[in-house]
Amino acid sequence: MTTGTKQGYADLPRLIALMTGDEKHAGAAESTLDVLWVLYDRVLDISPDTIRKPARDRFLLSKGHGPMAYYAVLTAKGFLDEDELAGWGGLDSRLGYHPDRTRVPGAEISSGSLGHGLPLALGTVFGLRARHLDRAKVVVLVGDAELDEGSNHEAIALAGRAGMEQLTVVAIDNASASHGWPGGLARRFEVEGWAARTVDGRDHEALHTAFTTPHPGRPLAVVAVVEPKG
Amino acid sequence: MNMRETFLATTEEVLGADARVAVVLADISAASLTHAAERHPSRVINVGIREQLLVSVGGGLALAGMRPIVHTFSSFLVERAFEQIKLDLNHQDVGAVLVSYGASYDMPTAGRTHQAPGDVELIGSLPGWTVHVPGNGEEARRLLLESIPGDDRVYLRLSAQENAQAHLGAGFQTLRQGSRGVVLAVGPMLDRVLAATEGRDVTVLYTSTIRPFDAAGLLAAVRTTGTADVVLVEPYLAGTSAHQVAEALADVPHRLRSLGVRRESEVRSYGEIADHDLAHGLDAGSIALSVKEFLGI
Repeated sequence: MTTGTKQGYADLPRLIALMTGDEKHAGAAESTLDVLWVLYDRVLDISPDTIRKPARDRFLLSKGHGPMAYYAVLTAKGFLDEDELAGWGGLDSRLGYHPDRTRVPGAEISSGSLGHGLPLALGTVFGLRARHLDRAKVVVLVGDAELDEGSNHEAIALAGRAGMEQLTVVAIDNASASHGWPGGLARRFEVEGWAARTVDGRDHEALHTAFTTPHPGRPLAVVAVVEPKG
Repeated sequence: MNMRETFLATTEEVLGADARVAVVLADISAASLTHAAERHPSRVINVGIREQLLVSVGGGLALAGMRPIVHTFSSFLVERAFEQIKLDLNHQDVGAVLVSYGASYDMPTAGRTHQAPGDVELIGSLPGWTVHVPGNGEEARRLLLESIPGDDRVYLRLSAQENAQAHLGAGFQTLRQGSRGVVLAVGPMLDRVLAATEGRDVTVLYTSTIRPFDAAGLLAAVRTTGTADVVLVEPYLAGTSAHQVAEALADVPHRLRSLGVRRESEVRSYGEIADHDLAHGLDAGSIALSVKEFLGI
């Protein structure tokens, strides 16, 4: 049993391989891996002990498809048991191919259908503001192709106008949007009043700096560029 | 005050009384809550003309421990944002009070875009919803107040059509007792059902809550009446609750006639609400004819 045993970044490929069965390539190929690790290890105040506290930071995995890296990080941080990874997707597993918040410890939202995480995050920030919990961070992970969904653009506009400093979107950009984003993803946020930073999605220091450099009075978009989807 | 004005005034009261309550709007009715927004700026949220976001923000508020009231026209609240209702409320396992105005055809000059006769059927396809169809402003006020405590999923369907009197009881209330059949009037259908059945030997039931369906109440009424012939009169799609009647009377040989908004075609006329009542056979005269044909009395 490994629940509660903290593991490190070096353990993630092995944990992912328990789900994919692919020992050689699986870990490094996960587009979200480094972003998730930096967030859970260095940026967000989230742990199994604090997951029910109203003032906790929140991470919302909007791009719920391909959650292996997410489950691996939750395992490394003590939310999940390493022994349950291999059976994921099975009838007796609580780990689906898209996460269900009512079953996965540490999952703030259930996701799978694209374009729901960011709009939910706006509601969460409005709720935190109303409860005077102004310091809790809310970070949403989306994919560049996920931004095709119009619901995101309803949310991007309003978050900018509402000056949601508590809110961060990290967009994993693996150039998978069918029709692309001419001029880059960051512009879609900047024009709506967000602070936007484009960084190497594999560079832990650059990600950490992007996530933690202040952006007073504005929501933050971090575009994490990774290798194009093959 | 009409039902919508009553709702907005009650909402303003609730905002003042309960710090957990937040109201989410998509421009519709925002002007009427300007004063409330000034007093409670963090809890009156107008997202603009963005109905997907309207419902998702409700879900996010609930995730953050708030009690959201989410309001716009029925067509935009339930039909346009249906996946948000399914996923950002049900699937997240959180609740909200969704309050619609416009019903099936309360804005007849606006045409099909502003008509949502399928709203209750859509909400009914999801588990765990309470659906209130008030027939009167005072009922709407009570039902809203009762919906605020807790974290349940509640759909409150407001209408421009109202009955003269409020009936504030719970479940299916027996307003008349007869012996030749049972007529169940839902929300704003009551006064015309009472007129249509005047002087006839039928039991008239009334409810402002159609989900959960009061199966025990219907069964008891059928037994007391002594006849298992049921006429269901709903102000949205005809037969929306037919399967509930069938389940309630599963062990009783019965007959059912479902009246409501026609399913087979769009009514592409404008005019007045009363014109659409006629088109759908939901005016008192048409209901009287349907009851007479079905029950033979």
